[in-house]
Amino acid sequence: MSKPRRRTMNATYIARSSAIASRVLAGETMVMSVVDSTFFTLNEVASTIWRAADGITPLHEIVIRHVCREFEVPEEDALLDAHEFVRELSAHGILQVSDHPILPATAASPGTQ
Amino acid sequence: MSALTAILETAAPTALETRVVEIGGMPIALRTSSAKFAGMLQDRYAGFVTTQSAPGDAVRIRFEIELNDSAAGTLGPDADEPEGEDDLQVAFASGLWRMSRGDFSAEWDPATGQGTIRQALNPYSLDSVLRIVHSLVLARRGEFLVHAASAIRNGRAFLFAGVSGAGKTTISRLAPADATLLTDEISYVRKSATGYDAHGTPFAGELARLGAHCCAPLAALYLLRQGPENRIEEIDSAAATQALLRNILFFAHDAELVQAVFEGACAFVQRVPVRQLTFRKDASVWELLV
Repeated sequence: MSKPRRRTMNATYIARSSAIASRVLAGETMVMSVVDSTFFTLNEVASTIWRAADGITPLHEIVIRHVCREFEVPEEDALLDAHEFVRELSAHGILQVSDHPILPATAASPGTQ
Repeated sequence: MSALTAILETAAPTALETRVVEIGGMPIALRTSSAKFAGMLQDRYAGFVTTQSAPGDAVRIRFEIELNDSAAGTLGPDADEPEGEDDLQVAFASGLWRMSRGDFSAEWDPATGQGTIRQALNPYSLDSVLRIVHSLVLARRGEFLVHAASAIRNGRAFLFAGVSGAGKTTISRLAPADATLLTDEISYVRKSATGYDAHGTPFAGELARLGAHCCAPLAALYLLRQGPENRIEEIDSAAATQALLRNILFFAHDAELVQAVFEGACAFVQRVPVRQLTFRKDASVWELLV
């Protein structure tokens, strides 16, 4: 009982920024910030997290559902790596991070209605 | 001379000189009231410049050049070329691209193609404006200017990309007599029906020699590195794209255009072989490039 509640309280939500350009070439995901032109090449695990970063699914669920199952990685290790990855990309504005679900900008802003 | 004649001469309109500089098949008309500046253009762009306007619908970009020697920081005709673009500003607002650096300011309306450049009597300020305008136009088409030497051999063009010191001028100097040099500094890449073409440019590096005003289908892009032996290595698509992006000339902080440049680089890498070329400083490297 305590484990799911703790996760909910500490949940991290991630969403792909709109200020990026990305493309998959030869199986590799390339992401570039259109703000500062920072360029990242994502490996398979990072690409999996990137694709699942919908702003609604908590990061730990993404890791358990996609990373641990697909790559057979222990949950603790996978979560540590995922948080490091998120920290790096969010520092360049490539990923948005929040402790609440991240809604699409159009829905979030009352000024657009 | 009578007083009346003197008054008439003073009131006579200043004759405007027009030069059309065509690079990469994109003509840009430049109008100036200074015969001296027009002469400087003629020398600077030589084979790329004509005094006659091309047919009206061919020239879509036109600039009036206002010479202004009083502005602080301007360059004179004998000044050295400025190094770096640290203070360069390029931004789009209210339908105009505005460009400025210590030695010039310019506006350009992409809708009408009309613009104005204010600069001193030197060739470098205009050089920068031309590069910026070309890069803005090309970006939307998935085409680009790139820090690369280029040459045509046996009907095919090769690009040699790299930052300063990588060997662009060196490999240009080592080119065999049957190679046509397109530039030793900034190459011009456009799409063609079958892939991409490399065009010659007047933008010269240390070689201080204008490129040939011609083009050829692009066979490969080589990323330059100097070493003890000649070697060509394959690189993966992501590394190729990143290296290409690092060398593409792009000045505007504009999200839409950055996206277009990124897409253009990805598309290029899917069509044109990109390889690492390590070379030693002798002509034997050209034997590898067949």
